[in-house]
Amino acid sequence: MKALCWCGKNNVQIEEVPDPQILNPRDAIIQVTLTAICGSDLHLYNGQIPTMQRGDILGHEFMGRVVEVGSQVKNLKKDDRVVVPFTIACGHCFFCQQNLWSLCDNSNPNAWMTEALYGFSGSGLFGYSHMMGGYAGGQAEYVRVPFADIGPVKVQDDLTDDQVLFLSDIFPTGYMAAENCNIKPGDTVAVWGCGPVGQFAIKSAYLLGAERVIAIDRYPGRLKMAENYGKAEVFNYEEVNVVETLKEMTGGRGPDACIDAVGMEAHHTGMVGPYDKVKQSVYLETDRPHALRQAIQACRKGGTVSIPGVYGGFIDKVPMGAAFSKGLTFKMGQTHVHNYLQPLLRHIEQDDIDPSFVITHRMSLEGAPKGYEIFKENKDTCMKVVLEPCL
Amino acid sequence: MAGIPTLVTDDFTYGEIIPTENGVGNVNVPSAERWASVIGGSLMVLFGWTRRSLVGFFFLLSGGYLLYRGLSGKCALYKAMGVNMAERNEGTGLNIEKTVTVNKPVAEVYQFWRNFENLPRFMQHLATVQLNGPGRTHWVASAPAGITFEWDAETVEERENELISWQSLPGADVDNRGSVYFREAPAGRGTEVKVKLEYYPPGGVAGVAFAKLFNKVTAQQIKEDMRRFKQVLEAGEIPTTEGQPHGEDAMEEEEHVKRRQKPLHTIKKGDVVDEAVWESFPASDPPANW
Repeated sequence: MKALCWCGKNNVQIEEVPDPQILNPRDAIIQVTLTAICGSDLHLYNGQIPTMQRGDILGHEFMGRVVEVGSQVKNLKKDDRVVVPFTIACGHCFFCQQNLWSLCDNSNPNAWMTEALYGFSGSGLFGYSHMMGGYAGGQAEYVRVPFADIGPVKVQDDLTDDQVLFLSDIFPTGYMAAENCNIKPGDTVAVWGCGPVGQFAIKSAYLLGAERVIAIDRYPGRLKMAENYGKAEVFNYEEVNVVETLKEMTGGRGPDACIDAVGMEAHHTGMVGPYDKVKQSVYLETDRPHALRQAIQACRKGGTVSIPGVYGGFIDKVPMGAAFSKGLTFKMGQTHVHNYLQPLLRHIEQDDIDPSFVITHRMSLEGAPKGYEIFKENKDTCMKVVLEPCL
Repeated sequence: MAGIPTLVTDDFTYGEIIPTENGVGNVNVPSAERWASVIGGSLMVLFGWTRRSLVGFFFLLSGGYLLYRGLSGKCALYKAMGVNMAERNEGTGLNIEKTVTVNKPVAEVYQFWRNFENLPRFMQHLATVQLNGPGRTHWVASAPAGITFEWDAETVEERENELISWQSLPGADVDNRGSVYFREAPAGRGTEVKVKLEYYPPGGVAGVAFAKLFNKVTAQQIKEDMRRFKQVLEAGEIPTTEGQPHGEDAMEEEEHVKRRQKPLHTIKKGDVVDEAVWESFPASDPPANW
């Protein structure tokens, strides 16, 4: 089958590889009908994530039809149409049973690698480095899904692939980010980053009862989508002082909750930007936390900073004093996708939201290398690239 | 020379001191040896001091180090070898201890371990364990270079849902002892399982050092075994990616590049070739000794 393989920094290629096989009794094999390139895939593309090997198959947002099930998978059968969560969870460990699916104890065959860095390992992920399990991803024609009796959600044929694909990652990610804000009536939520996750965070904040959502980015196209589709109040952080602007917009109080949907490859125009870039290039600092710093400074006293943006290593110069003095709550982590599949599917069925709004580019699987380039460089008009293996 | 803190007891207690590979507080030289070091070192210092020559200086330095080693109990050589002689009392070997919490009731976890034939399912260094009658088992373990170790063992103690303890019988390839403790984790979190293994590789200090370097049964290995134990009991299977598809890896890519760069047919027709080489076909006549 054809699959998109990581071949080094800024280098992904379509290669002919063997078809996946059932390796464990709880596996299933899915034929991929639609998949997408994620913002976090760009961290892999940019060489920011360690433990990648040439030949690794990428892709963690995918859906399709079941072609084969292992002996212990009773809830799925051939030809079922499913969306697959990007986090792999066993369903029976302490964390799965607490609904903390992205912290599963039993789904990372390389847990020892992650433990060396983090103390404990979370769940395995599709297509996201050997540290996160080394699982072959879904930017391919077929994919092997472990613990298929727990993860994949069946979707009815009256919804299109475009509408449901994003249940795999970015819609639950934006939703969990908003949920973590603990939104109360009258709350204002500020969102840094108007990429796909930020767009879903904006929509989800309103779904969860926020009074106002303020969105921050530097690409006019993304700000426009946040304004027109998300109904957020927007501004460009390159034009104004972010912390002051947020204060003025909220009656001097500051936003009640701040969402960092940017993560470790944040951009900054001021003096701190070069500091982070230099430190990063000599590996003294692995992540650039600029959006996080602003979120901490801007958040009102007693507010919440919610972090869906991916961080991998270490950050520098974080205003911990500000966070402490203001009594902030931090909530963060990889998405517990399994919690949100059914509730968000219902929102889609009820027309509360059509997630396909983020799709701006569509191509065949063979076009994926171009898709990565476009996504990385053309951030203003490119929001989300979807790939169709059957095209 | 202060006494060394007591090592783990037989009870399943919190707060036990687990010596690092470098010893508690980096003390890794046993008492008797420390005395020998102090005495020997003092003599060497005395000798070197009176000599007042290059040789004497050498004795001064070495003696000084031996004195330090004896007084402090820390030996750099042992540290480099990863050997902690201080934690050995009479004839102890490699001690490995790991704890894991399994999200299953104590009885289920206990019964699974009690059936020793289950052990190779998650202990990768074990090839087979066979029950040979009440309280008797035969074990086969693998080591590097295709070597296998075998031994018979007997169950020493069993306390239902609390403890299983076994030891190898005389004549074993590698003397060893093991204990597994079971205890309910707080508030329904399942079962805490602590395994303690002692291996006595043959050959004294050198044997232990050799074994540490090459022995598959390291603390990390046992940690992975216990992780797999938990995975088998909770998830019913061990997560794997072995056998999954992947693209060309770096070595394969290098091969492709090399082959593309290698010129074919550098030998021309009519050349006489002394030995058959790939490049000589089909441009030349067959080699002289064909």
